[in-house]
Amino acid sequence: MLRYTLKRFGVALLVALTVSVVAFTLLRLSGDPAAALAGEGATEEDIEYVRKHYGFDQPLLTQYSAWLVKALKGDFGVSVYLKTPVSEIIFERAPTTLILGLCALSFALILSIPLGVLAAMYPNTIIDRTALTIAVVGQALPSFFFALVLIIVFGVWLRMLPISGSGSWLNFIMPSVALGYYATPAIMRLTRAGMMDVLSSDYIRTARAKGLRPRVVLFKHALRNAIIPVVSLSAVQLGFMLGGSIVIETIFSLNGLGNLAWQSIQRSDFEVMQAIVLTVASFYIVLTFLADMLNAFLDPRIRVH
Amino acid sequence: MSERILEVENLTVDIPVPGGILHAVQGTSFHVNRGESLCIVGESGCGKSLTSLALMDLLPKKATRKAAKMELDGANILDIGERRMSDIRGDRMGMIFQEPMTSLNPAYTIGNQMEEAMLRHRKVSREEARDRAVYLLEKVGITAARSRLRQYPHQLSGGLRQRVMIAMTLMCGPDLIIADEPTTALDVTIQAQILLLLAELQKEFEMGLILITHDLGVVARVADRVAVMYAGQIVEQGTAKAVFENPSHPYTQGLLECIPIPGKTRRGQHLGSIPGIVPSLVGDLRGCRFAERCVHAQPGCSASDVALGRRGEEDHLYRCVLTPEQCAANLNAMVPA
Amino acid sequence: MNDMTKAEKLPSAEQILEPSPTSLLLKRAFGHAGMTIGGGVLLVILVMALFSPWLAPHDPYAFDLAKKYIDPIWHANGTWEHILGTDGQGRDYLSRIIYGARVSLLIGFAAMLISGILGTALGVAAGYFGGRVDMVITFIITTRLAMPAILVALAVVALVGSSMWIVIWVLGLLIWDRFAVVMRSATQQVRNMDYVAAARALGCSTARIVLTEIMPNIVNSLIVVATLEVAHAVLLEAALSFLGLGVQPPTPSWGLMISEGKGMMFFKAWVIGIPGAALFAMVLCINLLGDGIRDVTAPENRN
Repeated sequence: MLRYTLKRFGVALLVALTVSVVAFTLLRLSGDPAAALAGEGATEEDIEYVRKHYGFDQPLLTQYSAWLVKALKGDFGVSVYLKTPVSEIIFERAPTTLILGLCALSFALILSIPLGVLAAMYPNTIIDRTALTIAVVGQALPSFFFALVLIIVFGVWLRMLPISGSGSWLNFIMPSVALGYYATPAIMRLTRAGMMDVLSSDYIRTARAKGLRPRVVLFKHALRNAIIPVVSLSAVQLGFMLGGSIVIETIFSLNGLGNLAWQSIQRSDFEVMQAIVLTVASFYIVLTFLADMLNAFLDPRIRVH
Repeated sequence: MSERILEVENLTVDIPVPGGILHAVQGTSFHVNRGESLCIVGESGCGKSLTSLALMDLLPKKATRKAAKMELDGANILDIGERRMSDIRGDRMGMIFQEPMTSLNPAYTIGNQMEEAMLRHRKVSREEARDRAVYLLEKVGITAARSRLRQYPHQLSGGLRQRVMIAMTLMCGPDLIIADEPTTALDVTIQAQILLLLAELQKEFEMGLILITHDLGVVARVADRVAVMYAGQIVEQGTAKAVFENPSHPYTQGLLECIPIPGKTRRGQHLGSIPGIVPSLVGDLRGCRFAERCVHAQPGCSASDVALGRRGEEDHLYRCVLTPEQCAANLNAMVPA
Repeated sequence: MNDMTKAEKLPSAEQILEPSPTSLLLKRAFGHAGMTIGGGVLLVILVMALFSPWLAPHDPYAFDLAKKYIDPIWHANGTWEHILGTDGQGRDYLSRIIYGARVSLLIGFAAMLISGILGTALGVAAGYFGGRVDMVITFIITTRLAMPAILVALAVVALVGSSMWIVIWVLGLLIWDRFAVVMRSATQQVRNMDYVAAARALGCSTARIVLTEIMPNIVNSLIVVATLEVAHAVLLEAALSFLGLGVQPPTPSWGLMISEGKGMMFFKAWVIGIPGAALFAMVLCINLLGDGIRDVTAPENRN
């Protein structure tokens, strides 16, 4: 078990490293960082000065090594625009995105799992078709459009919820729904499929033959097994949400990593961009790692003895 | 306490299928005496498994079950509602299934699953349930029982799992156990052990046992009484001795010819086979279901249903218009002189 | 011994000639509600995209600032000249919607093709060769999944500049992961089949085995994923354009139209409602078609 964990950890580190390399290379090669930093209307000399000042004239490998060495010490550079250390900025903004992601995932789970279970218990009935319709509709709705619709309906027409800022927990309701609903179809379908499989399995028949009450059969025996793949999927979906929050954060003016990324892109703030990509990637890696561990915990057959 | 632990009269099971209604079980009646084993024998698809599920009210949702009478230890268990039925399941009636590999929940320990069987029906502490589990595991021949409780199903072999299943079914001391082909999925070497175990336990705990199987060898070993099923009906029923010594229905006769019987079958003798296939059970059925494959079939056989008639001992019933003597004469007439 | 085998009637010609697989497939396809509706509407959209110059009542680029934000026909002051109204520059909305279909479909298909070729190649290689190759490719896929697609896309486009073809290439080089994952597992399943072992025993070259034994059996999964990835690309492009880093004005892109209409949405909801509904309809139909193809070609996979 320990060897397995260590091996996975090693792979995770390697992935993080590769991500940082790819991000770094992409950012440096996608254009002329010096020109971008210097801004429009800059002269050749200005650009040259910027290039020398920030070391963009060095070979790529040197630039990257320099960055890596500093990063391992926790120094991700200084934001060109905000003039503050990048790590500080990230720490400041990360919690908002994390809260948003967790709320979005919670919303998705609260909606999809009961729907999936009901759909599996009553297949091909109106309940099932409703659940599947919700899934199909959810997959087709662009999240930014849905966000705008929510704003119009709940923010303006009904005046029930605030439409921007991150003052209170109310501010997170619409963004969470707008960000989370997209994961609903996948989770619901997986729950439904898993439950249908499990409900027709032999051990459920045994449980009923023992005279166990329906609720016990459903939750203790059926859901317990059906939920295992859903856990993995949820972790992955959370990873996607954390990375894809940029649109939602921009629309709702939430000060998270996504919004920061957007601003940094517009300001050509490379250090911040690099750090954000790495941070989000790390979230994803940690989440998939956790999902693996949870899987082994939930399914005794996977544990290596 | 009645002599008969189970009494079933006119049980039918219908299943709607695309082509109509499938009459999986048609008007079967049988009983099990206390401390006695009844073997229900038949080929795949004859309705024997569905009969057992019907007794426990565990049929698939679409199936409908009807019966004139279904009594467990004198008490009616027909149409008593799911709540009361679930009280009876696992407590007064237990069931063992065919596939030990998949019949236990992989997510929980053996101990957890055994204890919950008892905790559901008895007001006992977890400790007491655990002690009972250990006691029963040892009874079914599992060593190091207490540590086994902490193991998960996937850590045990098929034979061990089936023993666990048996022990689990005994947790509340049921009056009746239904075993649906409990040894079919196991190695041949283990089959005998498990059957012997079932027979011993049955005698020791004085339970009724319904053993469902397609294997006549199993029947010979375990059965006190036999019911032969074909195409949803019981075609012959009686004590094992009576049915084996005087098979009265052509199907039973055909079955017995298909297997070598020590003492009876001579070396070099051809084993029999029954040509044809099981008829469709969908839609309106009439006449003897075996007529198409029967050597002795006569014009009247397919026309009208055949009732169970008596023969010899009062308990030996069979469903044929001909008597065994007539069948024997028929066969002799067919052999060229 | 029993030797009374009844003589059996010979089956008739009609009983022998069952309907061909193709006609069975078509029958199932047309019986599948989602597929017919999705496919049908998609066909309409396709026609709209192909024949835009002839179908659009106005030039989608022609602006007339005097005619800003005219309401669509269902409002009191709507006119038949501009059935879906006009946008902030006085351009006919209906024409821009029609031409917008072109943009979405073009980007969707092109990105799907690029990502499809890349992802399938990687997935099949990983699934077929296994071992080290599989390890490396799986690592690549994991790395790609760890990087948030939209962030990377935005960053690259911001630096390189945004045009339709840049968007296509960036998306294409980013969304191949689903192809790779699905094709890898499909190939793994097929690879263990006996007919592949037989082909190897016959000495067939790897290329030949992949092309003749493996590909035909995984093509179903490929088509399903391809369909769904077109939808994925369409949604991504819309998001990019909405943020201003996709297709650039004045090109009519539905995502861009929503972004341009954002300012007015509190007063005239239809400004974002119409392009949003168009996006929703297109993606919905593509998904229905994809699900339909999956159900029809492999109904055993459906729950």
